Amino acid sequence: MSASAPASGADSKRLAQLRDGIWKPLPLIRDARWRWALNASVLLYIVLAWLSVDINWARVAQGMDRGLAFMASFLQPDFITRGGEIFTGLKESLTMTLASTVIGVLLAIPVGLGAARNISPLPVYLFCRSIIALSRTFQEIIIAILFVAMFGFGPLAGVVTLAFATIGFMAKLLAEDIEDTQREPLEAIRATGASWLQWVNYAVQPQVMPRLIGLSLYRLDINFRESAVIGIVGAGGIGATLNTSINRYDYDTSAAILLLIIVIVLMSEYLSGYVRKWTQ
Amino acid sequence: MPLIKRGDEPVWKKREPLKQYAHWAGWMLGGMLFVWCWALISENTIWEFLYDADEQAASLIGRMIPPDWSITGSLMRPLWDTINIATVGTALGILIAFPLAFLAARNTSPHPALRAFALAVIVSSRSINALIWAMLLVTIVGPGIFAGMLAIALRSIGFVGKLLYEAIEEIHPTPVEALSATGAGRTQVLAYAVWPQIMPAFAGISVYRWDINIREATTLGLVGAGGIGLQMNAAINNLAWAQVATVFVLIFATVVASEWVSAKVRHAVL
Amino acid sequence: MLTLTGLSKRYDTGDLALSDITLEVPAGQVMALIGPSGAGKSTLIRCVNRLVEPSAGSVVLDGLDITKVRGGKLRQARRQIGMIFQNYALVERLSVMENVLSGRLAYVGFWRSFFRQFPSPDIKQALNLLERVGLETMFDKRGDALSGGQKQRVGIARALMQNPKLLLVDEPTASLDPKTSRQIMRLICELCREQQLAAVINIHDVVLAQQFVDRVVGLRAGRLVFDGPPSALTPETLTDIYGEEDWSVPENEGENDSENTNAAVPLDLAKPIGQGGHP
Repeated sequence: MSASAPASGADSKRLAQLRDGIWKPLPLIRDARWRWALNASVLLYIVLAWLSVDINWARVAQGMDRGLAFMASFLQPDFITRGGEIFTGLKESLTMTLASTVIGVLLAIPVGLGAARNISPLPVYLFCRSIIALSRTFQEIIIAILFVAMFGFGPLAGVVTLAFATIGFMAKLLAEDIEDTQREPLEAIRATGASWLQWVNYAVQPQVMPRLIGLSLYRLDINFRESAVIGIVGAGGIGATLNTSINRYDYDTSAAILLLIIVIVLMSEYLSGYVRKWTQ
Repeated sequence: MPLIKRGDEPVWKKREPLKQYAHWAGWMLGGMLFVWCWALISENTIWEFLYDADEQAASLIGRMIPPDWSITGSLMRPLWDTINIATVGTALGILIAFPLAFLAARNTSPHPALRAFALAVIVSSRSINALIWAMLLVTIVGPGIFAGMLAIALRSIGFVGKLLYEAIEEIHPTPVEALSATGAGRTQVLAYAVWPQIMPAFAGISVYRWDINIREATTLGLVGAGGIGLQMNAAINNLAWAQVATVFVLIFATVVASEWVSAKVRHAVL
Repeated sequence: MLTLTGLSKRYDTGDLALSDITLEVPAGQVMALIGPSGAGKSTLIRCVNRLVEPSAGSVVLDGLDITKVRGGKLRQARRQIGMIFQNYALVERLSVMENVLSGRLAYVGFWRSFFRQFPSPDIKQALNLLERVGLETMFDKRGDALSGGQKQRVGIARALMQNPKLLLVDEPTASLDPKTSRQIMRLICELCREQQLAAVINIHDVVLAQQFVDRVVGLRAGRLVFDGPPSALTPETLTDIYGEEDWSVPENEGENDSENTNAAVPLDLAKPIGQGGHP
């Protein structure tokens, strides 16, 4: 907003038009050339993107039956046939979720403290920020591939993967939160002559604790959803069972697993809302 | 009553004794749960594999460095596909999420049944990872970019829908009241009183999701849904770790670039 | 012109906000509605344009019972009734011009309004109104760039854009300082007289109301307890409306209508004290 600028030529022109009963809202981008350049490039992109997609309509038409079969299977999910596998897979997913969240959050706290510019020296800050960047760039599934290569198949690779991803996620948000804390309490506690740890415990922790709990619960939710995926590359959990059922077109079992995932996510959301209210 | 007399000395405790015990009991239960989880995981782990994990890691990294730059040229087309999957997928997802959010928001929903339906769609879409959607879609529409775009779209519906309907529920009600009082129709009230209030949130959410989708699109190739993940998968299956490293570097560069773009756009709209 | 008969409102919580209100407002009359917080003033004017659904009774505007219509008919009725709000209720991210033109929404179709294609006469009228309220140079400013008084002027222009027969005004001055309050009250009442508009003005400030309106109606706990000219308001009637309090007004120089700030200060002090907190 250009506050109290004198009526420029453009403004008085618009006013004169107004007297003739002509009015258009101000465009979002004032400069007409930029506006056209932006429109043209968006148009160009749409054309180029369209050209890069090659939809095989014959194949799509062929697959429609399967699509309908998949939707229908949600009405008659099959929990029984592969009940044993589903149960073991889900149990493994849930244990991986809990273990990795606990480990990840515990490790994320020191990294987050180190990555907050207002309480950490520059070298520590840079080191912690690079851990965060590394962990956040790559999807869980890519990290899982690497850890499976290192640790072999099984839930341990999954736990390490999820814990590693949790560190980046939690530490970044925690660091931002610490950087947003009020300065006054920080200075007040420091002024009492407290040590660095005492200072963090008394001035920083009370300010960020509720949000830390909220974020941990949110991450628990994310880790559960991810634990259903990393099984595809052999990192344990329900993902392997789901993958097999989809590849066999055994949609009734897939639907059962997906419904269970949805229900568990819903429950955890409900629960975390409750816990958040309780810890506030 | 955190002040307790012990002998003649007043002792200050943070919590009352009973609450303190409950607190400890809670921590202990949590600790036991964690240990139980860990035992279960350890049972299913072949620890022998771990003895040489450090060697494995070292040799893995050794074979990744230096990356095989010779394949960079052939990766440009898959990278372009990846960006298209993310962008078109996000656009499709937003297109569907937008009306859904108005159905799901308490203050704009025309009917409770429609609201329940919209919420069910949103939670289903949100609970299921894009990769799972991609696996399903590959069996339905066949492997390729199209399946990837649909997978990204299906996952984005829930994300954008949820954040958007929360934004709609948080608008100031008075402008809505004022425009209803002028005799404006429902859609006019939405366009004049609701839309201007949620517009910045909408732009922010969309760009944020696009940013996430760029990352997700890099992995969809693992299940055959197009993009750079196909090349990554092939390289991993051939144990060509130097090529995998090249893919990683390209992904890293793309993600950094997309983060920069989304930060710019968010800055411009707010 | 506006006739309320046996109007009652009981909220879902069981609170009886309005009880059997019968009232007639002739064309061109400016009426103030006074009473303590929670007396039902807001509910009453919201029942007139059905922002609040009345539980019983009728609201008849020029022969049409507003409580009986719905859908398009209700919107047609609403466009004859302009409304001005305590918190201005502007859409802050829209420009001043768009806010004023939004008063015409019931006259233009959705797509025309969506693409901002308002008819020329509407745009000329909007400019005239902006000139009348003194904001003609601000038409491109965004709503959130205005001061409180300016926002309320835009709110007034929006209400008048509807070419209404009746204005409903809900605490127009409660968020404004004393001087701006007087200016806004004067503007509303002048415009009503110029355009022969009837108005129902909900107001806390009895002294301010007395100076500008033709008629005062007092509400207490949802019942009509006073109806008469401003001059008939005595300490006894004020006690009827608001409850026991020393109502003697200190000598105030606000009578001379001067625009200087000094005049506004004693006016503010003269406000009745027993009326409870501002909403």
